[in-house]
Order: sequence, then structure tokens, then C-alpha cells
Amino acid sequence: MYLVEEATQLADRVFQMWITAPQVARHARAGQFLIIRLDETGERVPLTISAVRGDQVRIIFMAVGKTTEHLSSMKKGDAISDVVGPLGTPSEIERYGTVVVIGGGVGIASTPIIAREAKEAGNHVIGIIGARNKDFLILEDEMTEICDELFITTDDGSKGVHGFASTVLDELCKNQKLDCVWIVGPAIMMKVTSAVTRPYGVKTFVSLNPIMVDGTGMCGSCRVTVGGETKFACVDGPEFDAHQVDFDELMSRQRTYTDEEKASLEHYHHGGCGCCGGDH
Amino acid sequence: MSGSVKDFSEVNRGLSEENAVFEALRCMNCVRPTCMKGCPVCIDIPAFIQQIAERDFAGAAATLKKDNMLPAICGRVCPQESQCEGACILAKKEKPVAIGALERFVADWERKHGMTLPEIAPPSGKRVAVVGSGPAGLTAAAELARLGHTVTVFESLHEAGGVLTYGIPNFRLPKDIVRAEIEQVKALGVEIRLNHLVGRSVSTDELLSYDAVFLGTGAGLPYFMDIEGENLNGVYSANEFLTRVNLMHADCFPEFDTPVKRGCRVVVVGGGNVAMDAARVARRLGGEVTLVYRRRKEDLPARAVEVANAVAEGVQFVCCANPVRVIGEKTVEGVECVQMEMCDLDESGRPKPSCIEGSNFVIEADVFIEAIGQGPNPLLISMLPHLDRARRGNVVVDDDGMTTIDGVYAGGDVATGAATVIWAMGSAKKAAAAIDRHLRRE
Repeated sequence: MYLVEEATQLADRVFQMWITAPQVARHARAGQFLIIRLDETGERVPLTISAVRGDQVRIIFMAVGKTTEHLSSMKKGDAISDVVGPLGTPSEIERYGTVVVIGGGVGIASTPIIAREAKEAGNHVIGIIGARNKDFLILEDEMTEICDELFITTDDGSKGVHGFASTVLDELCKNQKLDCVWIVGPAIMMKVTSAVTRPYGVKTFVSLNPIMVDGTGMCGSCRVTVGGETKFACVDGPEFDAHQVDFDELMSRQRTYTDEEKASLEHYHHGGCGCCGGDH
Repeated sequence: MSGSVKDFSEVNRGLSEENAVFEALRCMNCVRPTCMKGCPVCIDIPAFIQQIAERDFAGAAATLKKDNMLPAICGRVCPQESQCEGACILAKKEKPVAIGALERFVADWERKHGMTLPEIAPPSGKRVAVVGSGPAGLTAAAELARLGHTVTVFESLHEAGGVLTYGIPNFRLPKDIVRAEIEQVKALGVEIRLNHLVGRSVSTDELLSYDAVFLGTGAGLPYFMDIEGENLNGVYSANEFLTRVNLMHADCFPEFDTPVKRGCRVVVVGGGNVAMDAARVARRLGGEVTLVYRRRKEDLPARAVEVANAVAEGVQFVCCANPVRVIGEKTVEGVECVQMEMCDLDESGRPKPSCIEGSNFVIEADVFIEAIGQGPNPLLISMLPHLDRARRGNVVVDDDGMTTIDGVYAGGDVATGAATVIWAMGSAKKAAAAIDRHLRRE
């Protein structure tokens, strides 16, 4: 059992949680993730490791499906049945020069740990965090503290630059030499944003989030096509060269269980109460 | 449709006490028992069968457990026909003694009547790390614990058992039986740390700080055919399909949260036991199942009984054929296959299949499962410095199971390549004995 030490809401449907998981905390590095299983009937869900303090790891998630909804209802002192990690290959952090760390929406969760390690490696770190509107913006203070420069974008212009992270990145590419870029967010955002650096030949990493089961290379569920080759995101990734990733295939595979996810959420909200017959 | 295809309960119901005694009485109690030579873990077969004949079931269980801590599992999944039973003297004349069924009977009897533990040697003060809690890891752990060593098993999943838990379906190996035998291993003093992926949650330095290490990480890397359309939705490795159902209970979705595409028409490619398991699971999920195998039906590497069960449960076999392409837009719509003809014999003595040009045909399908084998999971073994690996990625070991790193041993599929549960146990037992000698020398 893994104890929830702290649970807070950061934005609409976005939650932050600190969990005691010593074996994960001890070894966690930027770019890695963990897998949780809430209880006996739970599924295995991969989540980015967003920060580490002592024996605890932080996860940040948006309540969108059954498991994340259930997780969002958990409080300090509750226990999670299983936490395994750290999983995946750590970010390739070196002294590149000027690096940009970009987070989109709940993907911002991954950025502090990457930005911090990049900073410690001696890079000039520029952060770009973007969200739909100012209410969805998370970790602004943390990123302000870590980054040498921080840009904020909102789709509706309610805060920072009116536009997308790609808008700011495009300007940066035009005006200065960038040495390495990390982009973490929804697949479509990573696809669009990484296209910006392609003509400039800037090394660009994206953190992929395909459907996964074991997370140890055993099932092959998370296979993605990178540079024409099949890779397992759980062990070969989750970070890959953005310019080699087949994003369309990734997005298609992410939708494999759309119907089942709806049914699962429905079952979570109404299942067992008998109020809706249960036969439909 | 066969009745058993509707649910996941065990297909083979086992022997009654009377039938077990009757069967045991058929044993000739040979002076030089050939059956034992056929057993990879060298169970004292004549002794336990004589005890059954004398209705000393508890004694029979104790005899079994001297050499094998997982008898209820072995009694169910061992290929006895090519091992102990194949070597039984009666096999030549009539039917061999049903050694597997008797082993299973004794183990089941003991579980119902209260299990007893074998003797444990005084503590040696030595610590051994075992990586993986499948048949090899559990066997090595049990043997080493009995010899007095302190054993810690690291398991990356949330449940112990490895392939016994995630791979082999309930109808062939009920999970309560796997759990009960794992409890016995734990009762010997073995600690199993779940959710620990060695190489990630446990560093290789931490691992190598133990007095000895046994690697039993299995063959957990699924092979894919490398054909067009393989990443369409609805294409599974057998590992994934079986893990979703066996470990994550996707057959009970949405009571359990993990889904699986059930498929109205399912194509499975492969001919081994894993392919049969995947096909039979897909049948139970309600699909029309076609199994495509590139050689002839008589060449199927799966156990005859598993093939027979698959046939009885309505799995259609298309032999001498091989998939060349998965068809579909976003999801699987069909599997294009090509007919194969059998040519000269290959190194294994089997006819070599080769494509018949222009013989392509399509099987409509919405789920395609690839059960064409697995390699060793490279994660940990690629991180260990100086660990030699063979061409297919398997860890190189000597006859004792020792790797090229001092004090590090390996057994089971990671060393031998994908094989059976009992071969994994046999090699683990040998390695455990060698580890014990290694620890006592120091």
C-alpha cells in the first residue's frame, strides 16, 4: 500500500498528489514515469513523475476517465494499492547551451523536473507553459523559480501571450540559437509544436503517452513508430526524437478504447447503485 | 459449442481419491525408474505413487515437495507426455501411468487438508536476490530458503507468479492455486517485493550487493511479425492479450477497469501453447477464432491436449499459411495470408515452410493476436556490466546456471529461451544448488 500524503486541486479538474513510494523516489529522474493501480479492480495507469521530495513522489493529473476521477476523490491518508517505478529511460540531459522546456495543459506537470535537471547541467533554460485559459495554468511559480526565462501562453489570451506554445517557440527560433527543446503535452500539441523546430534542425524531444499495461516492455501495447521503426514507449521512451515520431499513428492508437473508457466512467458513476437498471 | 467455452473455470476436473488410488496401483514400481529420468526436477515419482497406492496422501505430498514446491502447478501445465509419462515403462505397451494427474491430485488433496512445509536448514547468514517471481524465480527462491539463505524476490508487477499469473489462463491453471503455492514459498521465509522493477526501482549496484543473485526474468519481450498494418488498433501480442485478461481481468470489464477488444472474428497466428491459450481465451470472450499456423497441423509445437481442447472449443485451424499483412484503416478489418508449402527439412528436422507465390487470401477479422514467441526482456540484463549474452539475447550460463558475472546465476527462459514451466524450474533448481555451493565456499 502506498499512502497519499497530500492531495490538492490545482485547476479545474487538475489535481496534485504526493505519494510515499520510497523505491520510486530514490531513483526517479527527469522524464520518467510511474504506474499506479488504485485497488483490486483497478487498471494500471502511467503518470509522469513531476517532482520528488524525500520518500515521496508527486503526480499531477486531470480527472478525465474512471481512474483519474477516482484518484481525484482520494485524500491525505488514503492508500493506493500499487505504485511501480520509476519507469522509462530518463531524459537525455546534457550541457547543450540554451534549452527550451515546453509544457501544454496538464503536460506542464513534467516540466519542472526536466527544467531543474537541465538547469543543474549548466544550461540556459527557457520555459514555455501554455494552457487553454488562465484557470488551467499550473506550476507557474515553480517554473518561474527554476527557469531563466518563462513564457506563458493561453489559447484565449486570458494570460500571457495570446496563442500557443508554438507561437512563442517560433519567435525564439527566429531570434536566437536554440540547442535542445523538450515538449510535453497532448499528442496533437506535440505534433504541431515540434514541427516548428524541424526547419531549424534543433534537437527536439517529445514525451509520448500511448496506452500501456505493464510498463516493462512485456506486452507491446505502447508501441509507437519512430523513424520507421517500432519502439516500445515504456522502455525505449517515453521520450523520443520529435521529428521521427509518427504522431498520427500515436493519436489513432490512443483512441483504441474510447468507447470502453466511456463505459468505465459511466459504470463508476452509476454502477452498482441500481438507479439506472444496469441493463443498458 | 462446448460447455466449457462459456467460462474461465478449469477444463480438466482432476482425479477422485478412488481413481487416484486405482491409477497409482498400475505403477510397476520399477527398480530402475525411467520416469524420473524424464523429469526436469527429478521428483521421486515411484515413491509418491506408492504412497498414493497406500492412501498415504500426506506422505505423497511431502515426497513431492522435497523436490518441487509447485506440484499443483506442474501437475497441470507440465508436458508429461514427453517427460515422465513418455518415459514410463507402460507407455510402450498400453497407457503410461497418469503421473501428471496423480501429482495434481496429491497437491490438490494437500491444499484441501492443510499444507505442511518441508524442513528448513539453519540460517546461513547469506542474502540472495532473486529477480522475477515466475516459475524459475519461485523455484530458486524456495530451494535457497530451504537451504537456510535469506531470499528476497523482486517482482515488477503487482502480483507474483510471472507467466503463471499473467500468461497461463485460469481454465488451464486456476489463479487461486498459483496463489496458494506462492504462499507456501513465502511460508519458507521468502520475501517477495512486488512493484519493484530491478534496474529501475532497484539499482544494479543494490542488486549486486547481495551475496548472490538469481536472474529469472523470463522471456518477457514479445516478438512481432514486422508486417504492414501491425500497429492498427486491434492487433495484440499474445502477451498483451493474455495479460489484459488473466492479470487484469478484462473479461470482467467494466467491473474491472481494464478493457480488451473482444473481437467478433479473431485471428491468432502461432502454433505453440501460448497461441492455444490466446485462441481459447478469445473463444471465451465470444469471438469466432481462426488460428493460422505456417506448418502442418502435425507440426504444431503446442501440447496435443491443448490443440485438442482448442479444437473442441471451436477454434478453426488454418495450417500451412502465414499472415503477410494486416488490413484496415484505423482498426483491423482483415488479415491477408499466404499459403505455405513444405520443403526440405530444417535443422530442427521439421519441414521448412516457404510461401506459394500468388496464393494470398484474406481472413476477415477485427482482432489479430500474434503468438509467435518471445525473447528475453532486455531491460535488466542489458544494464549489468560484463554479462555475456548469446545471439538471441539470452543470458549465457554454464551447466550450473552461472553467468559471466561472479555470484550471478540465471535460469528459466532468460537463459534457455522460451521453453516450458518445468524446464524453467529444472534449471532454477540446478542454479540454486550451485548458488548454495558458491555461498558455502565463501
